[in-house]
Amino acid sequence: MALIELKHVVGGYGGAPILNGVNMAIEQSDIGVIVGPNGAGKSTTLKAIFGLLKVTGGTIEFLGENVVNSLPDTLVPKGLSFVPQEKNVFTSMTVEENLEMGAFTRRDDFSETMAWVYAMFPVLAEKRRQPAGELSGGQRQMVAMGRALMSKPKLLMLDEPSAGLSPRYVIEIFETIVRVNKEGVGILMVEQNARQALAFASKGFVLAQGQNRFTGTGAELIADPEVAKSFLGG
Amino acid sequence: MTEFVFFINQVVISGAVLGCIYALGAVGITLIFGILRFAHFAHSELMTSGAFFAFLLAALFASWGVVTPIPLGFVVLPLAMVLSAIFALGIDKGFYAPLRQRGARPVVLLIASIGVTLMVQGLIRLFFGAGSYSFFETETKDVFRIDTSFLGSTRPLVITEPQLLMIVVTLVSVLALHFFLTRSRLGKAMRAMADNADLAQVSGINTALVVRVTWIVAGALACMAGTMLALDVTLKPDLAFNIIIPIFAAAIVGGLGQAYGAIAGGLLIGFAESLAVFNWTMVLRPLNAVLPEWLQLPATLALVPTEYKLTVAFVILVVVLLVRPTGIFKGASS
Amino acid sequence: MIQRSLTLFAGLFVLILVVGWLMGLPFTSSRLVEAAAYSLIALGLNIQWGYGGLFNFGIMGFLMLGGFAVTFISYPINPQFWGSDGPWMLGRALIAFAAGALLVIGARKSERIGIRGKWKGFVTVLAWFVAYCVYRSQIDPAAAYIEANAGFVGGLGAHPVLGWLFGGVLAAGIAFIVGKIALGLRTDYLAIATIGISEIIRALIKNMDWLTRGTLTVSPIPWPTPLPQDYQATGSDMFSSLLLARGGFLLLALLVLGAAMWLISRAYAGPWGRMMRAIRDNHIAAASMGKNVTARQLEIFVFGSVLMGIGGAMLVSFTQIFDPSSYQPINHTFLIWVMIIVGGAGNNWGAVFGAVLIWLVWVVSEPLAKVIFDYVSFWSSNAGWGAIPEIESRSAQMRVFVLGLVITIALRYAPKGLIPEAVRREG
Repeated sequence: MALIELKHVVGGYGGAPILNGVNMAIEQSDIGVIVGPNGAGKSTTLKAIFGLLKVTGGTIEFLGENVVNSLPDTLVPKGLSFVPQEKNVFTSMTVEENLEMGAFTRRDDFSETMAWVYAMFPVLAEKRRQPAGELSGGQRQMVAMGRALMSKPKLLMLDEPSAGLSPRYVIEIFETIVRVNKEGVGILMVEQNARQALAFASKGFVLAQGQNRFTGTGAELIADPEVAKSFLGG
Repeated sequence: MTEFVFFINQVVISGAVLGCIYALGAVGITLIFGILRFAHFAHSELMTSGAFFAFLLAALFASWGVVTPIPLGFVVLPLAMVLSAIFALGIDKGFYAPLRQRGARPVVLLIASIGVTLMVQGLIRLFFGAGSYSFFETETKDVFRIDTSFLGSTRPLVITEPQLLMIVVTLVSVLALHFFLTRSRLGKAMRAMADNADLAQVSGINTALVVRVTWIVAGALACMAGTMLALDVTLKPDLAFNIIIPIFAAAIVGGLGQAYGAIAGGLLIGFAESLAVFNWTMVLRPLNAVLPEWLQLPATLALVPTEYKLTVAFVILVVVLLVRPTGIFKGASS
Repeated sequence: MIQRSLTLFAGLFVLILVVGWLMGLPFTSSRLVEAAAYSLIALGLNIQWGYGGLFNFGIMGFLMLGGFAVTFISYPINPQFWGSDGPWMLGRALIAFAAGALLVIGARKSERIGIRGKWKGFVTVLAWFVAYCVYRSQIDPAAAYIEANAGFVGGLGAHPVLGWLFGGVLAAGIAFIVGKIALGLRTDYLAIATIGISEIIRALIKNMDWLTRGTLTVSPIPWPTPLPQDYQATGSDMFSSLLLARGGFLLLALLVLGAAMWLISRAYAGPWGRMMRAIRDNHIAAASMGKNVTARQLEIFVFGSVLMGIGGAMLVSFTQIFDPSSYQPINHTFLIWVMIIVGGAGNNWGAVFGAVLIWLVWVVSEPLAKVIFDYVSFWSSNAGWGAIPEIESRSAQMRVFVLGLVITIALRYAPKGLIPEAVRREG
C-alpha cells in the first residue's frame, strides 16, 4: 500500500478545472518531485491533496483512506504536512512559537520533536526567541519546514522550497530534505530548479496542462531526451 | 498643594477611569479585527447589553436578599461575562458566520454589524425604555476621601469604590490577557491566526475554534467594560454607543490587531480627553497674586470646551492616521 | 430585470395607497415629501458607495450642514445683530482666523528658512497652538456678546432654494476637506473617520449658539412654495390648502430629484462612469492604466455629499425647524445605509426605491407596533398577566429594531439589493 495515491484527480477553484486527471503514488521512503511549465497545476496538486481547493473527481488515498476534500485540521493529525511557497512563517511570533503552532494538533508532549527539529536546524535553536520576521530568507524556510515537521508527519509536502534563495541555501535546503527523508518522512515537492531536484528524486512527475506527461525515477526523467528538451531547458 | 490634588482628581483619576473603559472595549475590537478582519461596530452593544445582564443579575440577587460588602453589580460580573460571551457567540452564529461562509467582503460584515447594533439597541430600548438606571438604588456608592492635609492640601483625594475596582480589574484582566496570549495554546493560536490566517489553517489550527474563543474573550471583556462604566455613571441604552468613537480611535491609534496597542491607545485617549477639558485656572490661580491686573486668568482656561470633549479622540485619531497610519504599535496598514 | 423593477415600483405604489388609506392624506403627503428628500440623499450615498465604493458613515454631518445652510440663507434678517457690535467683532474673529491660518501655512513651509526635521515639527505644532489661541481669544468674546445682545446671527432672508444650493456648496466644501484627509485610508478607517467628522460637525453646530442658536432651535423657516396659510388666505378650506401646499412642495422636490437623476445617469453612462466603475472594481489596475484614482474618488465623494447637503436642506425647509439636537446617527446615517442596501447599491432606481420603501417602513413601524402592543396588552390583561407598561415609548423604539432586522435580512438573502446594479458589458 502506497503512503499516498492520487487516482485521476480533477479539480480547480470553481470554473474550469485546473487538474484534469493527475495520477501519483508515493511511498514513505520516496522523494517525489513535481516539475513542469507554469500553469501546469503543480502547486494546485499539492493544494488539492491538502483540501485547499475543490476536488471534483478522482480519489486521493492516504494510507488507504480516501481523504478527498478533507480540511487541514483533520489531515495534519493523520500525518500530512504542507509548507506553502510564500508567507510560510508567522512573522510576529518567535521561532519557538512558530514551531509550537506546527504542533497545534498534538495534545501529547512534543518537546522531543522540538529537540529533533533544533538538531536538524541548529541555527534555529540559537534564534528561538527571535521573531521569525527578523530572519533571513533561508532561515525562514527552515522555520517553515521545522513548523511542518512538528506534527511528526508521514508525508511532507513542499511548494517550491528553493524559490528566491541564494544558490548556497538551495543546496542546504535540498540536503536537509534528503536528511528528513532518511529519517522516515515521505516527501512530495514542487520545484522550479527541476534538474537539480530530479537529481535526488526517487520519483519524478512531469505535469502539463493538469495531466501527467511523464512519470519515472528522477534519473530516468533527466536521461529522457524528450523531457530534457521540452521541460528541462535542453 | 490643593491645586495639585485637584489636578490628580480631575485628570489622573478620571483619565485613568476613562482610559480603562476605552482600553477594555478597544481590546475586543482589535482582537476581532485581527481574527476576522472587519471593524466590529456592534461592540458598543456588546458592552451595553453586558451591563444590562449584570444589572438584571444584580437585581435578581438583591431580590433574594443577597447583601455583599462590595457592589452587587461587581459581584455578579463573572456570571454576566459568561452570559455576554454566549450572547456574542450567538450573534456571530446568527449574523456574521453565514456571511463569512458566503465569502462576503469584510465591508459587508461591517454593514451587518450596523444592523446588529440597531437590533440590539432596539431590543434594549424595547425592554428597558429610554431612561437610565442605577446600580445603587438600594446600595450606597462608597466614596473614599483620602485626607491630604499632611501635604498641605485643603482638598481630599476623591475616588469612588467603582473607580477603584475598575482600575484593579482592568490591571488584572490585562495581565490575564497577556498570559493567555503568550502562554496558552489557544492564545498563541489566536496570535498566529491574526498574523497569517492561511498559514494557521495549513498548520492544522482549528480556525473555527479560534473564532469562537475570540468572541468569548471579546464578549466577556466588553461586558466587563460596560458594567464598570455603568457602575461609575448610570446605565442607559446608549451607554456605550456614545463612546464607540473614542474606543475605535483607541484601537486604531494603538494599531488595529495589536492587543497591547489597544490598551495603550485606550489610556492615551482617556488621559488626553481629561487633560484637554481640564480647567487650568484651577491650578494656576495662585499666579493671579503675582500677575498684573490686565493679565488675570479667566474663570475657565481649558484647551477645549467641555462640549467638545468627544472631538478630542477624533483629532488624535486623524493626527495619528496622517503621521503614522499603522498606529503606534504597527497594526494593519492602510 | 425591467419587469422586476416595474413590479416592485407598482408594489411600492400600492403600499403608498394603503398607507394613505390607513393613516390619512395629510400624514401621507408629508411622508412623501420627506421620502423625496431622502431619495436625493440616498442618491448621494449611491454615488459614493454604489459607484465609487467609498464608505461614508458621516451622512448625518452633511445633512446638518444642509440644514444649517438653508436656515442661514432663508431665515429673516436679525436687525438686533446687524445693529450691534456683533458684525464688527465677528470680523475681527475672521481676521484672527486668517492670521492663524497664515501662521500655520508659514510654519509648514518653514524649511525655506532652514528649519527642518524635528524642529519643523515643533514649529508646526507651536503654530497650530498659537493660531488656536489667537482665534479663541477673538471668537469667544464675540460669541458671548452676540448671544447676550442679539440671540444669534439670524438669517439673510433670501429665497429657500438659494439656501438649498448653499447647502450643496457648503457640503461640497467640507467633503473636499474630509476627502483630502481621509480618502486614502482603508475602508474601516474611512468609516470611523467619517463618523468622527460628522460628530465634530454635530458638536460644532449644536454648541455654536451665536450662529445656529444650538439647542434653542430656529423656526419657522420659510417654504420655497406657498404655505397652507397662504392658500387659506385666498379662501381655500383647511384640507385642500394643506394638500395644495404640500403638493407644491412635493412637485418642487421631485423636480430637483428628477434633475439630479437625469444628470447622474447621463454622466454614469458616459466615459466618466466607465472610469468610475473601473476604479471601483479594481483600483490598482485602474491606477496602473494611468487614471488618477485619488482625484476621481475625491470628485465622487464631493458630488455625493452635494446631494446630501441639498437633501438635508430640503428636509429642514419642509419641517420649518432646525433643531441640531434632533440629529442622530441612527436616524440620519444608518437609515440611509439601509435604504441603499435594501434598494440596491449601484442602481439609481434601486436607491430611490429603497429610500421610499424604508422611509415608509420607518414611519409606519411606530404606529404599527403601537397597534400590536395595544392588542397584545389587551389580550394579556384579559388573561390576567397585566398590561404592557409605557406602550407609547416602547413602540417608538420598535422601529430601530425593525431597521436592524431589515438590513441583516437583506444582507443575508438579497446582498445585491432588490433592484441590483445592471451588469454592463464594457467594450
